Amino acid sequence: MTSLTTSGRITGLRPTTTFRERLDVPRRVVFVAALSMIGIVVVMLAFIAWQGIQLFVAGHVTPASLLSTTWQPDNTAGAVTFGMLPFVAGTVGVTALAVLISAPLSVGLALFLSEIAPAWARTVLQPALEIFVGIPSVVYGWLGLTVLVPWLRENLSGAGFTLGFSWFAGSLVLSLMILPTITTVTYDAFRAVPQDQRTASLALGTTRWQTIRHILVPAGLAGTLTAIVLGMTRAAGEALAVQMVIGNRPVVPTSIAQPMTTLTSQITLDMGNTVFGEPWNDALWTMALILLLISIGFVILIRVLNGRRKFQ
Amino acid sequence: MTTSSLPRPSLRGAASSRRAVLVDKIATGVLWAAGAFVLLILAAIILHFAIASAGVISLSFIFGNPSATSLGGVGPLLWNSVYMLVLTMLISVPLGILAGIYMSEYAREGRVTNAIRFAEEAISSVPSIVVGLFGLIAFVDVAHWGFTALGGALALTIFNLPLMSRLSEQALRAVPADERAGSLALGATKWQTIQHVVVPLAIPGIVTGVILTAGRVFGEAAALLFTAGLSTPAGYNFANLNIADPRSPWSPFRPATTLAVYIWSTNSEGLGNYVQQIADGSSAILLAMVLIFNLGARLFGRMLTRRLTAA
Repeated sequence: MTSLTTSGRITGLRPTTTFRERLDVPRRVVFVAALSMIGIVVVMLAFIAWQGIQLFVAGHVTPASLLSTTWQPDNTAGAVTFGMLPFVAGTVGVTALAVLISAPLSVGLALFLSEIAPAWARTVLQPALEIFVGIPSVVYGWLGLTVLVPWLRENLSGAGFTLGFSWFAGSLVLSLMILPTITTVTYDAFRAVPQDQRTASLALGTTRWQTIRHILVPAGLAGTLTAIVLGMTRAAGEALAVQMVIGNRPVVPTSIAQPMTTLTSQITLDMGNTVFGEPWNDALWTMALILLLISIGFVILIRVLNGRRKFQ
Repeated sequence: MTTSSLPRPSLRGAASSRRAVLVDKIATGVLWAAGAFVLLILAAIILHFAIASAGVISLSFIFGNPSATSLGGVGPLLWNSVYMLVLTMLISVPLGILAGIYMSEYAREGRVTNAIRFAEEAISSVPSIVVGLFGLIAFVDVAHWGFTALGGALALTIFNLPLMSRLSEQALRAVPADERAGSLALGATKWQTIQHVVVPLAIPGIVTGVILTAGRVFGEAAALLFTAGLSTPAGYNFANLNIADPRSPWSPFRPATTLAVYIWSTNSEGLGNYVQQIADGSSAILLAMVLIFNLGARLFGRMLTRRLTAA
């Protein structure tokens, strides 16, 4: 290696270490850089939690009153109620349906890439997946708004899609956005299955599909579940794309054809229209805190799924 | 997997194995269809924006100033996207690489490393809108900056740092242990080894990672809504090089609406008769940038690998 010979600073054996070496500034610098990530998490959690509890502390709203389906944040109509069930239900619902649509396709694609695809198909699909990840969420949202929503309104209004803006539209857009996430993580899980296991199974006279079903799918199960949780994390936190197609109506939906809303959509819409410090604004910070706790919950869930795998 | 010159084991004997072969054929067909379907969707998306933006994209759209009465252009917004990208990368790439060096070269299994790893995962999973809200308190309110490019870039740094650190760590870990052993055996210190052997060998992987994360930063909008602002700039005077002047396009202390944010804001405000064309054209530009970043990452990575390993 040229880098070894050209460095010219290697001086041979030295019996003692110098003070500078014992101080080891570079080690301290890189350590601080890595520690900064812990700092970010702590400060972020502290700030969002502090703002998130203002609704209860300054606004004198009881946490129990959030467990209501009535979202009436302005005082135009008598009682002000910060019922958050529609948002939480919306986030859970839109995420669940997105995963239901996306997971079978993603796992199928991962199996195709890892077990079936010839080299040329892989060299086409892998960059394609990277492009899918790279497409900005506003572009997905804009596509949903100008293509999917009008299509639903014109062709499926008989099925209840009278507006087009709907739970289903939100989930469909999300399912496309989480497809590359689930696919790549599942693909890695299938690739990690030792080749010997495939060979042994095939040598017993099984077909390729039997090998996939009885060897690969069970072996890759933990990885697949991790992939799905990662997809859910992305889906639950996605804001703009969902907001553009979901209809933004604070109700607990009863049909996938109905408009509804999510935690992220409501924050996106209302944050600019409310005044810092008023209860309505505080309620949005409470939603942000709920989102933050949900995402940390997902991280912990992934850790549990992966067992005690701390390194790598 | 099957070799045609060898006699195939006969699966045709029993009825059940005939069925298994049929199921295998069907399953193979379904999985091929999944692959084709995903490619088809991507092709349809690209084609859609190519057609939708056909009458919109022109030099005056890309470089012109926004207008309330005509189609106008997105020049200042595109400038802001590039400006924010550079500012974000200037902060997050060095920090991410340093953190990656720690995780790859120094970290030993233990509570601290585990906490860093957890923080890395936690930050990557925090929704970008929440990162934006954190920026709203920390930079806009507490620091009293108001909506600034710097605040936006710091929010993007939070969002980019764990990914950058992870990618650098992976690139550094991929350097063979023999290279380190060889350097140490010659009497180099650990840091000399990292500086002169490990990092240079990991550069192709790191550069590819930087370009790929750059694509993500370029298109991010949710984290910027409440940190870099939503106002549409009328136009910039690039001759104004005074970076302390909030009117200068070079200043980090000015509101900086990016192209991705602009797609959302023109649409949510619904102003003017050209919302559809502007959003289609802007989406096409963002999509083109994603394609360029991906292609660039591949070509650059390949080129660097060739140059660094052929020497």
